[in-house]
Amino acid sequence: MKDFKKISVRRMTKRFGDKTAVHDFSLEFGKGEFVTFLGPSGCGKSTALNCITGLIPITSGEIWIDDECIDDSKSQVPPEKREFGMVFQNYALFPHLTVAENVAFGLKLRKIRGAELAKRVDDALRLVHLEGYASKFPAQMSGGEQQRVAIARCIVLEPRLLLLDEPLSNLDAKLRIELRYELKALHERLKVTTIYVTHDQTEALALSDRIVVLRAGKIQQVGSPEQVYADPANIFVADFMGYRNRWPAKIQSIEERSDTLVVRFGSAGASLEAHLSYPAADPRRAALQAAFASGSPVITAVRPEDIGMDDKAGNGIRCHADIVEYQGNASQVSATGADGIRIDFRSSPKVSEGEALSIFVAPGKILLFPADNLDPKQGGSP
Amino acid sequence: MRKIKLSTVLFVAAMAIYVFNVLGILGTVVLNSTSKGWFSGVFPTHFTTEWYAYAANDHDIPNLLAVTFTVVLADVLIALLIAFPAAYALARHEFRGKGLLTSLFLLPMIVPPMAYGIPLAMLAYKVHVAARVSGVILVNLVPIVPFMILVLMPFIEQVGSNLESAAKMLGAKRLTIFRRILIPLTIPGILTAGILSLVKAISMFELTYLVAGGKSQTIVVALYADAYAAGARPPQAVDALAVIYFLIAMVCLVIALRFVSPTQMVFKLK
Amino acid sequence: MKGASRRGLGFLLAPAIVFVILLFVYPFAYGLFLSLTKEDGSFTLSNYLNFFASARDFRTIWVTLQISVPVTFINVALAVPFAYYMRRGLKGEKIITFFLIIPITLGTVLVSEGMLTFMGPKGWLNQLLLFLHIVKEPFRFTHNYLGVVISLGLQGFPYAFLMLLGYVSGINPDLEKASQMLGANKLQTFWKVLFPLMVPGIAIAFSLNFVMAFSVFPSAVLLGEPSGPTRVISIAAYQWAFEKFNFNAASAISMIMAAIELLVISLILVWRARMYKGASIVGKG
Repeated sequence: MKDFKKISVRRMTKRFGDKTAVHDFSLEFGKGEFVTFLGPSGCGKSTALNCITGLIPITSGEIWIDDECIDDSKSQVPPEKREFGMVFQNYALFPHLTVAENVAFGLKLRKIRGAELAKRVDDALRLVHLEGYASKFPAQMSGGEQQRVAIARCIVLEPRLLLLDEPLSNLDAKLRIELRYELKALHERLKVTTIYVTHDQTEALALSDRIVVLRAGKIQQVGSPEQVYADPANIFVADFMGYRNRWPAKIQSIEERSDTLVVRFGSAGASLEAHLSYPAADPRRAALQAAFASGSPVITAVRPEDIGMDDKAGNGIRCHADIVEYQGNASQVSATGADGIRIDFRSSPKVSEGEALSIFVAPGKILLFPADNLDPKQGGSP
Repeated sequence: MRKIKLSTVLFVAAMAIYVFNVLGILGTVVLNSTSKGWFSGVFPTHFTTEWYAYAANDHDIPNLLAVTFTVVLADVLIALLIAFPAAYALARHEFRGKGLLTSLFLLPMIVPPMAYGIPLAMLAYKVHVAARVSGVILVNLVPIVPFMILVLMPFIEQVGSNLESAAKMLGAKRLTIFRRILIPLTIPGILTAGILSLVKAISMFELTYLVAGGKSQTIVVALYADAYAAGARPPQAVDALAVIYFLIAMVCLVIALRFVSPTQMVFKLK
Repeated sequence: MKGASRRGLGFLLAPAIVFVILLFVYPFAYGLFLSLTKEDGSFTLSNYLNFFASARDFRTIWVTLQISVPVTFINVALAVPFAYYMRRGLKGEKIITFFLIIPITLGTVLVSEGMLTFMGPKGWLNQLLLFLHIVKEPFRFTHNYLGVVISLGLQGFPYAFLMLLGYVSGINPDLEKASQMLGANKLQTFWKVLFPLMVPGIAIAFSLNFVMAFSVFPSAVLLGEPSGPTRVISIAAYQWAFEKFNFNAASAISMIMAAIELLVISLILVWRARMYKGASIVGKG
């Protein structure tokens, strides 16, 4: 494998006719990093992935490995010469070849034969825990096993970059978790630079060094799992990362403190207070000030698990429970508040359907975003 | 900056050679049938319709057309009635001896028409359907039914059986499911099978030849008889009849392509 | 419930079973019977023996094979690249396909008549070849072996093409991408991945095309030299039946035709089994 330090995607754009699938995509990542492209169906994550592999020609922009440009939209290094490996959602194993022959496919193309070939195939199969399956055919194996063969087939070639396109989507829930652990273990062990595409935020959080959140072809946020989880850049990312409570709100007052913005606002039929830890020069402060000044509406973002029945948290909201799902150690409750807004939260004490209650949210657990066309609930898709 | 790939060049060249020859053959026949005294040079000098008139007088064209259409349509319809249920059974059900039965159904396509045609013709004579339209219809069924089964099966497989199960759960009876779910969804398949069989039936020569008599000939048989008896009539008249045949088949094909895309028009056997 | 569904199955299959037995199995069996008997009904192998003994008749097997096997090879070999090139759809594919399958509508007689003129010594094709200095004198395309081959090729190609096109487009496109990512160029991907998966389709296309070519009759008469070099086996069968009115001999020849066809098809199936020892799933995701 030709060694490298970093891969740089610069302003990559892909247009199909007059539809732009990927818009101005820029990203730089280093050797050994695990990057995930995260987003809903149709957000362009698979397209972006395929553009990086070279399987789809890019409309404009550039892709560089260190100081070699492998694609500048006018000419490109063909996929078969990039030393990248790709794992597909539907495994794409060659049905007419055995497991061993599948894994050996790329090696044979590189003229590796005999004892060395056999050893490398064996090692790869052992890495994915499939010793003994060498002479089976793909059709005789389960989905999870097939996917492991697909992985072995790639990593046996020691690729510079490993790309996985929703590799776990076709598997059942239990297998998905199992294989996710194995992928993580493999990455820890081999440290292969990886790009992973998924719509599942749990996978993204569990596996990645960095997450790239995409929507309608545009990057919404790039950050570590902690950053994207605790500090989403906009209402779309927040919604995708599980901040399911989005209530319309009107700002009543803003107080600028050195490292916090204290915002009083009206929402859910109550007057609430949010403490947003934005640094002093963070543009989001200005955005909220602007919303306040113009009287524009804003939207809250609160996690169900951050809402509780403990009144010491502050920010009380009255509502009545509609649907209560018992889940063992707690219940998932869907309640209706003032103005018909929906409140989703988790509750340990038992709640009955129809019960009128007060729920509480700590000020540090409420996020506020200007209401604009990025709100998924408003159906904003360009 | 679009590079021209070698494969494109080859493809275009191959297409060009092919189309040139096909259209050339067609064109010569058409021109021959509409011209007089075309002996040399690139194009004929005089045009005329007299050959068509000749052919019309020579053969009872209305009868020829009537017989051809009757035979072909009857064959396709009867074949559909036989083939559709069989294709459905083969596509949906597993049972012992299925492989054997499928092979049996498809055998008539593999065995040359001559192999069963001569005895079939003899039998037709025995039951007095020979030299009659009914005989021609009957014998031509033999290659058409397997062909139809072959074309229909993938279309039926495509209509998932869970649709029928869903309908059953909603209370529909067998016949209703058949009428309101299966048939509408397999219309593309039925059309494809029907029209392809139509085109094939028009061209089927050997069996009709063995069984037909004077008044029960189809166009293709009359055409061959003309061509074989070379010298007995002017070649241009033969060409005229050939063009008529071609136009009929072409109309059917164009209709077929309107409904069905090329990749659907095929049979996938396991 | 099981009984009812089996009865239902029976109803569905009954018409086809009756049909195939009455109109095929019975005549075929009758033909077999005829081939093994003399006119008076007594058992004999003479029909077969006479055929093999007569050099003129026995030759027809070789002549027919000489025509049908190469034609089928060419048809399938040409159909494969066309189908491969068009496998993912193409701009104007309907028009292209339309032109490629026009020969289905032409009919043997038109093709023969057309070839006699178009490919004759004074026809357009020779005029073009002379004009381009590809040949020095008109090339003989007709009334010979080549004529029959071209005619069969033109008429068989559309079927081979349609069959293969459908088959190839059913192969999972991700397999090609996977192959590319593993380092294979287009040619390697074709040979190592696509072609093996096309083998079942090729086997069928070859079989059906061969059957059509082997039973060639009108083309051989109109375009070839039926008295000699292109006297195919169906001509022999026909002559025994309708010129010498010996239906026993004719049936014997028909049976021999059927046997040879079945033999060739079995060989193809053996080849297919050896190439495709893997799963029967074509990898459609």
